[in-house]
Amino acid sequence: MPSNPPRRPPSKARAEMPFNLLVIAALSYVIFLFSVAFVVERRAALGAAGWLRSPVVYTLSLSVYCTAWTFYGAVGYAARSGLEYLTIYLGPTIVFVGWWWVLRKLVRIGRQHHVTSIADLISSRYGKSNLLGVIVTVMCVTAATPYIALQLQSVTLSFGVFASATADGWAKPDGDATSVWVTAGLAVFTILFGTRNLDANEQHTGVVTAIAVEAVVKLVALVAVGAFVVWGIADGPRDILARIDASDLAEWHMKPSRWSGLIFLSAAAVICLPRMFQVLVVENSDERHLATASWAFPLYVMLMSLFVVPIAVVGLELMPEGSNPDLFVLTVPLSQGQGGLAMLAFLGGFSSATSMVIVAAIALATMMSNHIVMPFWLSLRAGKAVPGDVRRLVLLSRRLSIVAILALGYFYYRGSGGSAALASIGLISFVGVAQILPAMMGGIFWRGATRTGAILGLCIGFAIWAYALFLPSFGTDGVLSAQVLAHGPFGVGWLRPQALFGVTGIDPLIHALFWSIALNTLVFCAGSLLTFPNPVERVQAAAFINAFESEPGNAQGWSAQGAAGAEDLLVMAQRILGDDEALAFFETQAAAQGKSGYLPDPTAGFVEQLERRLAGSVGAATAHAMIAQIAGRAAVSVEDLMAVANEAAQIMEYSAKLEEQQDTLTRTARQLRDANDKLTQLSVQKDAFLSQISHELRTPMTSIRAFSEILTEGDLPGELVTKYGKIIHDETKRLTRLLDDLLDLSVLESGTVQLNLDLSNLRGMIDRAMGAASHTRPERRFVIHRDLPAEDIFLRTDSDRLTQVFINLISNSRKYCNAENPELRISVRRKGGRVTVDFIDNGSGIPKDKQALIFEKFSRLTDQTKAGGAGLGLAICREVMANLGGTITYLPGQWGAAFRVSLPLRLEDRPK
Amino acid sequence: MKRPLFLPPQGYRQRRLRDVARLLPVMALFLIFLPMLWGEETSDLRQTGSDGIYLFLVWLFLIVAAAIIARRLSDEADAVKPAPPPPVKGPR
Repeated sequence: MPSNPPRRPPSKARAEMPFNLLVIAALSYVIFLFSVAFVVERRAALGAAGWLRSPVVYTLSLSVYCTAWTFYGAVGYAARSGLEYLTIYLGPTIVFVGWWWVLRKLVRIGRQHHVTSIADLISSRYGKSNLLGVIVTVMCVTAATPYIALQLQSVTLSFGVFASATADGWAKPDGDATSVWVTAGLAVFTILFGTRNLDANEQHTGVVTAIAVEAVVKLVALVAVGAFVVWGIADGPRDILARIDASDLAEWHMKPSRWSGLIFLSAAAVICLPRMFQVLVVENSDERHLATASWAFPLYVMLMSLFVVPIAVVGLELMPEGSNPDLFVLTVPLSQGQGGLAMLAFLGGFSSATSMVIVAAIALATMMSNHIVMPFWLSLRAGKAVPGDVRRLVLLSRRLSIVAILALGYFYYRGSGGSAALASIGLISFVGVAQILPAMMGGIFWRGATRTGAILGLCIGFAIWAYALFLPSFGTDGVLSAQVLAHGPFGVGWLRPQALFGVTGIDPLIHALFWSIALNTLVFCAGSLLTFPNPVERVQAAAFINAFESEPGNAQGWSAQGAAGAEDLLVMAQRILGDDEALAFFETQAAAQGKSGYLPDPTAGFVEQLERRLAGSVGAATAHAMIAQIAGRAAVSVEDLMAVANEAAQIMEYSAKLEEQQDTLTRTARQLRDANDKLTQLSVQKDAFLSQISHELRTPMTSIRAFSEILTEGDLPGELVTKYGKIIHDETKRLTRLLDDLLDLSVLESGTVQLNLDLSNLRGMIDRAMGAASHTRPERRFVIHRDLPAEDIFLRTDSDRLTQVFINLISNSRKYCNAENPELRISVRRKGGRVTVDFIDNGSGIPKDKQALIFEKFSRLTDQTKAGGAGLGLAICREVMANLGGTITYLPGQWGAAFRVSLPLRLEDRPK
Repeated sequence: MKRPLFLPPQGYRQRRLRDVARLLPVMALFLIFLPMLWGEETSDLRQTGSDGIYLFLVWLFLIVAAAIIARRLSDEADAVKPAPPPPVKGPR
């Protein structure tokens, strides 16, 4: 790019414009801006910001993109390179009309995460890494320094244009003195309004409004000069077109590489420039404003560039050969005697420069303070509690940063001698900040982007930019020697700064842009693919990529049981947010938790919200570190995150366990209830048993007593004595039998009965049983059906006990079978290792409702106690069979009463 | 969460409107890169006047299109969600 050294414009045919008037105008303008900002801050503090937060103000504030470079430099650029200057505005136009892609997401993320600067965004996205914050800050400061120098230069130059006109006491002011004054003035203004307070959202309503006013001034000024040129000097648009065709600018060189490269560059810069990020994302108060800005900002820049070519053409026509085209906006009206218009143009240029410097200084100071000063200070005090006066410390560090940044710009301006053309400085700065683009785009669209990749990419890009573009911009023998420029370091040809890898013949700017961005992206992608992100990174990546799907996720999972006391947190928050704001925040949070007072429980959710809130003031990385100091958790380990992730699983597991336990409990309760029922039943049974047994004992005892009383009276006939003695004997026998039965039953029930196991034939047992039972009601004739071959089975069991069961069953049958011609069928079957013996008679059987009772003690279906049974027979049978490892059951649905005895073929010895 | 495969007409229009919003920058890029193609093969010299008029017309078209789309997108956003976009967390 050709660069003309600035020349003093010729001093003939110019309007009288005393220098002191100019200084007064500039000062009054600054005071005016000051009061605008002041009033707005006051209104905003009263909560009456209203229209000040409108999309129009937002759009106008975006005009910090148009700096003095645009205001003065665009005309110079057009005079040198024709329509190429449009690329600087077409790039942002594409980005803004395509807001749905990138800007919308950036703004959403910025608001969700309380992002305070572009360095904060990158640092926050890649796991709140402060190293990245430092890298981005250093890059931005380095890239912005020449840009700030450029603004100082343009203001100084514009002062110079007027100053040379004065011949009186106001001698040509010293350019150096002017630039010092301008720098100091800007620093004071920026400090006064940029760091008056520490807002949670890092928004500066007053400054933004002042910037919007300046935007109007510069647009009006440039359009006024343009209109004067088109309709005042020339004869309308048609004449201007004719003049363009007639001038040196009739034709321009369209180099596709520069055309596309510069459009890409400006599109990247409009997102990545710290000051643009500040007004676009940080100062955004409503996402919907972006929709308006999507067309209004392109309209603004179109108007700003509409009259550039006419002014350039007319300037080239009117001004003498060798005039600096960068100053045509001022010199053309001056040469036509339009002092007022020139003053307006001067204020326009002044506005452009000041607004850019103020916003850039605020943005850079925030970054420096949040990512360099505060972490450094925190690391100095590592392990100690956060002391008081953090707010003042943050503000002080920002103020010092502002001074430092402006001083850097000033020294760059002095060092470079202000010799380069405005446009080329601007573009160098653009390429520098464009290095952030891959990390940023990767950060918001690619989950796989990692911290290591971002660090490597940024460093490579930054290094190439510095080596191939920034350092050579100091001129031959400036920083890099002519030797290095021409032949490469140590004579290595392919490392020549402006012909890397042997690629020669490209424009140096495009060359540097291409290599830096290409290698930056390559290294960023490769680094991301090859490394593994840490847990915080992964959580942040998910939160950034899915900004529209969900609320931001829990990034670090502050442990709910963390050591952080609410009081400690409050003390710290007060020092950063200020007493009232911190108390209000804590009170709201406490209320949300359903507590009264100012101290909410330090739950994970609350601590996370607090961190977010603090991040709005001091940046994500610093806020994270500060909370970590209190919460005692400086780093998040994989285990921690796994623990957080496992919590859900644990809860599920726990609830499953609970359910299981509940089942067990229900089961146990049911069992207990059953047991209780049984116990109650047993108790009832016992009572019944006792009353039954006393009844059973009482009956014979009564007759024994009665007859023995009669006998004691004496004088009874001998036969009566014999008779009564027999009755007493019978009753005693009955009693003995009853007692035997009871004893037997108790022995059987307790399971302590001694079994005499031997091998005996079933048929023999039945034979014996039939013989014994025949004494029961011997008068009845009974037909017995037997299957003798089937009965021929040898059993290993206690034959006496089994015979007892058989006797009982047969005699029962003999007793109770009510058939006319009673019959009893005894059938034997062998099945596997078991034998079943069925006793079926042809009586009426046992009614269904009684079937369950017959095996109980003392259960008698009729009260006929013919055989003197106490109703213990079947109960004893059941116990006997249980002891023999078998069962006795009532078979329903048979001919008559039917009992089935089932027992094992071979009974093993009972284990002792 | 499973999304329905097909949408009712209103939702369908909404989606296409967003598609237009996404396509506009692509079209802008095409229109702005177009001047690289015309002109003589051998020379990179171009007419400033006519190129300027073309580029400013394209610019104007983009601004108007973006304004229409932005208006309709925000109307639709208001219609679909009467509530303002999710506010920043934390009380203010």
